[in-house]
Amino acid sequence: MVWLWDNLDLVLRLTADHVRLSIIPIVVGFIVCIPFGWLANRYTVARTILLTLGGVLFSIPSLALFVTLPALLGTRILDEANVVVALCVYAIAVMVRGAADAFSSVSRDVISSSTAVGFSAVSRFWTVEFPLAGPVLLASLRVVSVSTVSLLSVGSLIGVQSLGYLFINGYQRDFPGEILIGIAFTVIVAVVFDTILVLVGRLLMPWTRATPRRRSVTSASAAVTA
Amino acid sequence: MNLFLDALNFLFDPANLAGSNGILSRLVDHLWYTGLSMAVAVVIGIPLGLLVGHTGRGRNAVVAVSSAARALPTLGLIFLIILYTGLGVGPLIVVLVILAVPPLLAGAYSGLEAVNRQTIDAARAIGMTEWQILLKVEMPLAMPLIFGGIRSATLQVIATATIAGYVGLTGLGRFLIEGLALRDYKLALAGAILVIALALCVDAILALAQRLVVPHGVARGLTRHTDESAAPTPRQHGRVSPAPSNP
Repeated sequence: MVWLWDNLDLVLRLTADHVRLSIIPIVVGFIVCIPFGWLANRYTVARTILLTLGGVLFSIPSLALFVTLPALLGTRILDEANVVVALCVYAIAVMVRGAADAFSSVSRDVISSSTAVGFSAVSRFWTVEFPLAGPVLLASLRVVSVSTVSLLSVGSLIGVQSLGYLFINGYQRDFPGEILIGIAFTVIVAVVFDTILVLVGRLLMPWTRATPRRRSVTSASAAVTA
Repeated sequence: MNLFLDALNFLFDPANLAGSNGILSRLVDHLWYTGLSMAVAVVIGIPLGLLVGHTGRGRNAVVAVSSAARALPTLGLIFLIILYTGLGVGPLIVVLVILAVPPLLAGAYSGLEAVNRQTIDAARAIGMTEWQILLKVEMPLAMPLIFGGIRSATLQVIATATIAGYVGLTGLGRFLIEGLALRDYKLALAGAILVIALALCVDAILALAQRLVVPHGVARGLTRHTDESAAPTPRQHGRVSPAPSNP
């Protein structure tokens, strides 16, 4: 604890870096998954290709991906971009599957009804399918958020500044307290992100609270992705 | 692309293959860590997950454990445990087991959870014992998700065993870490390629095994319940979404 007060500047700076670097993949994953998820839900071929590709990309161990990317992207080995791009790849891989599930969770009848009352394909997508897919999308996004925050610290092995620095420094100095503080702050960042996502979800999707039975289905499928 | 050629040259140089620091010996070590910790984790995680899934007791605890495990940074965990216990294969196996159990638990539990209640009631009605229901009804139907858990756990263990190179243990991650430490990018890249190849091969083998183990009707989605339009049962995709704390 004394160590924490003495090094509060360092810890806060690393936390800020951690937050900055982990927001990008979460946002990118969310934006990119919408068109791909729609494609995967619409066409079986696209589904097979996208989900297989996602599965393969996701099975690549992160440290190996961090180290391989400089050779593919022409970046320097210590570049932050390697870690951010790798985490974006993982986020997209998880989110596309989640988005495909989310869009297929929207009831056929509802889609037919909205077509019948005159929605165009585009407005039907944005005003009916997308909001109704929201709860399942949010469940995937929460998984991505937590795992991105936790994975980012591995990037410190290739010298990218994040809370992971405290793990390496603590290990090298044989000082478990520093590692514990690193773990605690990583978990805090993950919990704060998760809370924000849940709150935003409640704000944007007020109906999810009104029908607890549907919600319990959603949270069960979130548990599955655990 | 030259970088890849350099790395491939390293990989295909017979001099790097054999010997105590060679590719083969480190591959064997990596597989040994992975196999041992997965064996222990399966013995702990699967029966526990099946118990929770069958009885429905303790489900909140399982959900809490598997989400909390996701938030824990593996790198910190591995360093912390090794600082407390000292360097060695034992502590590494402990960390790997801790990481592998939550996805196994979640896979087994959610697999059983996804089985239609009416099917289980029907099995009970025709006089099956609880063991028969578990072994002959629930487990075959849950097999895709149980296997999904095994696959994510294995990938996670392979990935985390890579980091073991940093704490002085062998395994394929050693090439990667040595390459980073010596600023020998060719070596690091070669190590990364080896680790990726291992992960993809093992996952492909498990995918094949899954085909053999999962009953055909279940794999083809014949047991899906079309009346449940609510959430998609992950069963239809044959795999639990990957456990995201893959390090």
